[in-house]
Amino acid sequence: MSSDIRFTDFKSDKQPTWCPGCGDFGTMNGMMKALAETGNDPDNTFIVAGIGCSGKIGTYMHSYALHGVHGRALPVGIGVKMANPDLEVMVSGGDGDGYSIGAGHFIHACRRNVDMSYVVMDNRIYGLTKGQASPTSREDFETATTPDGPNQPPVNPKALALASGATFIAQTFSSNSQRHAEIVQEAIEHDGFGFVNVYSPCVTFNDVDTYDYFRDTIEDLDETDHDRHDREQAKDKILEGDKEYMGVLYQDENSVPFEEREGVEGSMAEIPDGAPEGAMDLVREFY
Amino acid sequence: MPDDLNWAIGGEAGDGIDSTGKIFAQALSRAGRHVFTSKDFASRIRGGYTASKIRTSVDRVESVVDRLDILIALTERTVHENEDELHEDSVVIYDGERSTMQDVEVPHGATALEVPLKRLAEDAGGAIMLNVVALGAACEVTNFPIENLDESLQKRFGDKGEAIVENNKQAARKGQEYVREEYDHEFPYDVETTDEDYVLLNGDEAIGMGAIAAGCRFYAGYPITPATDVMEYLTGRIDQFGGKVVQAEDELSAINMALGAARAGARSMTATSGPGIDLMTETFGLVATSETPLVICDVMRSGPSTGMPTKQEQGDLNMTLYGGHGEIPRFVVAPTTISECFWKTIEAFNLAEKYQTPVFLVSDLAMAVTEQTFSPDTFDMDEVEIDRGKVVDENDIDAWLDEKGRFQAHFPAADGVSPRAFPGTTDGAHMTTGLEHDELGRRTEDTEVRVEQVDKRNRKVETAKEQEEFDYREFGDPEADTLVISWGSNEGAMREGMEFLDQEGIDVRFISVPYIFPRPDLTEEVQAAETTIVVECNATGQFADVIEHDVLQRVERINKYTGVRFDADELAAEVKATIADATSTQEVQAE
Repeated sequence: MSSDIRFTDFKSDKQPTWCPGCGDFGTMNGMMKALAETGNDPDNTFIVAGIGCSGKIGTYMHSYALHGVHGRALPVGIGVKMANPDLEVMVSGGDGDGYSIGAGHFIHACRRNVDMSYVVMDNRIYGLTKGQASPTSREDFETATTPDGPNQPPVNPKALALASGATFIAQTFSSNSQRHAEIVQEAIEHDGFGFVNVYSPCVTFNDVDTYDYFRDTIEDLDETDHDRHDREQAKDKILEGDKEYMGVLYQDENSVPFEEREGVEGSMAEIPDGAPEGAMDLVREFY
Repeated sequence: MPDDLNWAIGGEAGDGIDSTGKIFAQALSRAGRHVFTSKDFASRIRGGYTASKIRTSVDRVESVVDRLDILIALTERTVHENEDELHEDSVVIYDGERSTMQDVEVPHGATALEVPLKRLAEDAGGAIMLNVVALGAACEVTNFPIENLDESLQKRFGDKGEAIVENNKQAARKGQEYVREEYDHEFPYDVETTDEDYVLLNGDEAIGMGAIAAGCRFYAGYPITPATDVMEYLTGRIDQFGGKVVQAEDELSAINMALGAARAGARSMTATSGPGIDLMTETFGLVATSETPLVICDVMRSGPSTGMPTKQEQGDLNMTLYGGHGEIPRFVVAPTTISECFWKTIEAFNLAEKYQTPVFLVSDLAMAVTEQTFSPDTFDMDEVEIDRGKVVDENDIDAWLDEKGRFQAHFPAADGVSPRAFPGTTDGAHMTTGLEHDELGRRTEDTEVRVEQVDKRNRKVETAKEQEEFDYREFGDPEADTLVISWGSNEGAMREGMEFLDQEGIDVRFISVPYIFPRPDLTEEVQAAETTIVVECNATGQFADVIEHDVLQRVERINKYTGVRFDADELAAEVKATIADATSTQEVQAE
């Protein structure tokens, strides 16, 4: 690992095919900055992504990366980290990927608390399939598949995370690149599962949850007296209806990562040329 | 009487049937006798008929037969369930003092041996030991030295303290004494002991042990009958070798975790049964396209849907062979015996890493729940060889970088196998994806690159066919007119079935195939035979179909899909009948 790593070292030579003005540009830049700031380099970093606009991120970044199937990025990240805790593992996905098809994995990733970060680009719409309702779309948000709106309340991912035992819950706005990068950095540095929901506006299909909307409504928790270590306060903030927040909502100071609790030490990649020493004892057990 | 003894205990699930069978099987194994166990159980925790059966002999035993010599019946139903297998020398041990057992009628002139199991167990310290009293009674009936039980009682109850162990030993002796004192009947059994040392294990345990031997370090799975024993075996044990088992939230997660670990460089595996394979199929294509080495074990059970979860079937062949959308290069390896479960698991890991491809390791319920004795050197760990394939490190990675210094993880090498850099390797950073990609792993829709990458991945199978031996095991007379082919756990029943056939003067050549894909070409063998019969536990003859496809010739089929494995004598009779049918058809056609 070299100390002169710049965030551009995490950039691949592929030009993003995101729409001009897409929030994902800012989200990705913040991720790259945070990785560089935390002393990582592309060769010790593993990025996992699912499907959708967010899923393309592994292509535009330079690191070890896997672009998997829809909704399953978190288990892949867990497998990578369990097998080699020395790697920096970052999982990225969208709101559909994380809170719809992958919602089950999200809950269990929160409670499993593997030391990795999870950055969700939440644009409250399905972009790549051209504009259908997502699990975070507003109840009355009209789309091709929901002409009268989804007619069901949106998922509250922060509440889901808190209820599932997440040890780090944060939210950022991709347009506020400085704060976004700082908070992702905190998620990386957190000992455990660092969950960051990013408001990452879709300029093509979502004309409600726009840059202007977030700019006007977002409240920076750093400008309030919010105590991130107080679970009750976090709960109240998260369950407050209409407010949009930026900052770290909750952090468990006593978080111990799953792989550490499980006693995983070092990479599992190295194995001997034959059966491991003492393997014959396994046979003797069956006497 | 032949030395071959068939013993069973039956009752309700929750009666400790399984552990009682295990104690007796271990005692026999420790006494230097070969053992082959089978289970008959229902998909419930308590209640319902369940049985544990043991066949034992001084010689090797490879299968079950439909004959019972000693039956411990804890319920009246147990007698009815096994009625057809009893004969005039059978002994049925039961507690005649139990109100539900007072009207038991023991059929076929078998001996009804009433032993007050519960009362004697209470005398020894607790009614819970009534099964052990029955074991003691069985020792007396079979003239099997009761001391052999002591060690397996120690193994079973040692954790609960010496007092419990002693009480159990006493309970066994009470059963023994009762029979000795109350019955002056001469039983025609004499279960000899030998000085041989055997190990006793089932197919799932053999797969788990093989995985550790092969250097597997990461296992993710979700509990499902009959694959759970693989996970239970690995849990705790794999840790001693630097590995970890994770119980995932579902099969989708399990295979994705295993995939992640494999990409991080660990030898990695998941195991499940049919319904779990369905869920994993989504990621199966990703494993192949991202060229990730992964062993996916399918311990088949009776399907489709949830079918009969605790019953035998070999119905997933097509699923493992063709499952997944698009066209997916893969290996499908199906061990044919419990010891093969160990060796083929090791081979599966080597194939997976040498060719960076998913490998289906296919076993079945009959193999998973069957325990069998082996000489310990059957599992000689010194013979285990590990081949990790084309792994590159800092020293040799330069050869695989393009002109811009980018690692070509999907380089279309002539043999179809690209270099592999574990994450953490300097200059090895690369992307991979389930999308079609170029040599750098970046998404592409370029027609030429698409064809190049598809061909490259498929070429691995061709390379493997050249480099590996996807052969078969052969038994019987190579010149015989009748060729029997089977796959999976039917090998033992067929091998013993051949002895029955031999007694009737019927000669067969038997080929047992442990590879479904790639598989040996059996064209010459089929052409040389007058009649070819494919034996398998499914209704439609999935393996027979692929054989017909390969050799362009019709074959006969023996299919069993009752949920119960083949008995050796039953299979022999079926083979005989099939030969007769086929011969008469051939004669009619000749006229």
